[in-house]
Amino acid sequence: MSFLEVRNLSARVKGGGPLLRDVSLTVEVGEVRGLVGESGAGKSMIGKAVLGILPKAVEITGGQIVLDGTDLLTLPPAARRVKVGASCALIPQDPLTALNPSRRIGVQITDRLVDILGWTRQRAEDRALALLTEVQITDPARVLRQYPHELSGGMRQRILIASAFAAEPKLIVADEPTTALDVTVQKQILKLIAALQARHGTALLFVTHDLGVVSKVCQNLSVLYAGKVVEDSTVADFFGAPKHPYSAALLAATPKYTDPSAGLQPVPDAVIAAVRAEVEHG
Amino acid sequence: MALLQTLLLRMITTAVTLLGVAVIVFFVIRVVPGNPIAMMLPPGATAEDIATLTAIYGLDKSIPQQFLIWAGGVLQGDFGTSITLKQPVLALVLGRLPATLELSVLALGMAILIGGAAALTGTRLRETRVEGGIDIAQGVALSVPDFLWGLVLILVFGVLVPVFQISGRVTPSLQLPFVTDFYLVESVVRLRFDLTLDLLSHMLLPALALAIPLAAIIGQLLKQSLKETMHLDYVTLARTQGYSEAKVIWSQALPNAILPTLTLVGVQFTFLIGGTVIIERLFSYEGLGNMAIDAVINRDLPLIQGIVILFAVIFTGVNLLVDLTYAALNPRLRHG
Repeated sequence: MSFLEVRNLSARVKGGGPLLRDVSLTVEVGEVRGLVGESGAGKSMIGKAVLGILPKAVEITGGQIVLDGTDLLTLPPAARRVKVGASCALIPQDPLTALNPSRRIGVQITDRLVDILGWTRQRAEDRALALLTEVQITDPARVLRQYPHELSGGMRQRILIASAFAAEPKLIVADEPTTALDVTVQKQILKLIAALQARHGTALLFVTHDLGVVSKVCQNLSVLYAGKVVEDSTVADFFGAPKHPYSAALLAATPKYTDPSAGLQPVPDAVIAAVRAEVEHG
Repeated sequence: MALLQTLLLRMITTAVTLLGVAVIVFFVIRVVPGNPIAMMLPPGATAEDIATLTAIYGLDKSIPQQFLIWAGGVLQGDFGTSITLKQPVLALVLGRLPATLELSVLALGMAILIGGAAALTGTRLRETRVEGGIDIAQGVALSVPDFLWGLVLILVFGVLVPVFQISGRVTPSLQLPFVTDFYLVESVVRLRFDLTLDLLSHMLLPALALAIPLAAIIGQLLKQSLKETMHLDYVTLARTQGYSEAKVIWSQALPNAILPTLTLVGVQFTFLIGGTVIIERLFSYEGLGNMAIDAVINRDLPLIQGIVILFAVIFTGVNLLVDLTYAALNPRLRHG
């Protein structure tokens, strides 16, 4: 059963051009779906639309976002907020800006458990401690009392991951969670997300431009170009034999650690022209 | 260690500031035309009388000599004797200070409440007509100076709809049981709320006149910072967690957005205390500012010096307080 089903979602900048064109995708319970595309393809917009945090300048012009059987777009704002807050979570892109600089780590994890989900303070604190241990933070009790500026980027991303899993959400949107990190830290964070996802059985919508990441973490993926899904397949099929010419070109453009001398193949102009024509007229 | 050093440095700069203020005021009020002795004697006094009185007040000595004598007294807590009121300056000034402090703090509180409410409402309803309305109201509040607001308030709430008092600090016929000069505070402590009400009904209009322009400044800056903060990632994250927009503004954005406003409030509060001079005059409020104007009119040199020094002490004290509060609110400063 699909936990999240985006149906024919279209969005545009108010008074401007389209950002999302008729996007459909599903995330099953416990599935990890990659959402790939180049910068500006609209991949982050989909995650933001689901979570209800689209910029004010963006308006949804059609379609449905069905979460757990309810179309979010038909809900009143307050009900939508509560529903999303209780069943979804976000792992943000930049751990350096995603924690409130004037509040201690502990309350940043526990507050929403108490305020929104009605947990007791004690239960929330125990949970925060357990989670920080789970994301392999040493001396978690001390970290809970610290402020964000006292911690490294990798530590902060671990904390944000812990916080995302805190309320056992059904779906987590990971918005390029490793992009802002050091290459050495990226791999650990990726492993961590994969491990927590497997242990908690959380569905994951993994937004990234990095196909290498997709191959390690995801089961299925949707390829986005200029706001349109051009390919939707399993990871195995995609890396074996991509159906769409743009996907094939994208794959060829990805550096390979096994064969660094192969060099990079830029996406050919002809492929770009073809996919652009397809997206805009098809 | 670092804290001790900072405090020490702070005390030294404060002392230098106060010395500078003392020197400037002392020399300036002696150089400008106008002679206290001439004001004290009846017309037709002989040159001999003038010379005698001038000698009594030490005004025959050179200005640097006078300054040394005065400064020596100040260091021992003696600010001299008022020429017109014939009482020790320190007692006079300290007696009036509470009235001015109560008025200023009340005005500051009102400014923070009004400005804060305007900023929060404007942020919550940003990019709507309400925000536009708040912006216009703030523009008007800011472009009219406090003493003009005083006149407007007197006209509206004192004359057209006389609901508030427009003169004095307290109704003169009342029996006052107070032992301190902090009437408002003491009336609350003594649970004499009838007196509190009477005091407030006198203080409300002058305080409001002082508060309106400051409220507009606070409202504008705070709204600006809040709106910038609302775009930051941690605010967005809080939105995904199910917090309402109002709650996001209050508990996520406000604690960070308030810092620049706090600095501004400190600076503006000192201007507000300066503003009490005219406002107190306008409302015949018996505070330090009113006394300052009388002192200047009468060329009461020791009293002017005492009042200016006291104002300088308040200014530096407020600045120190702002710095300390800033450090308390901003963890990044506390932990270095």
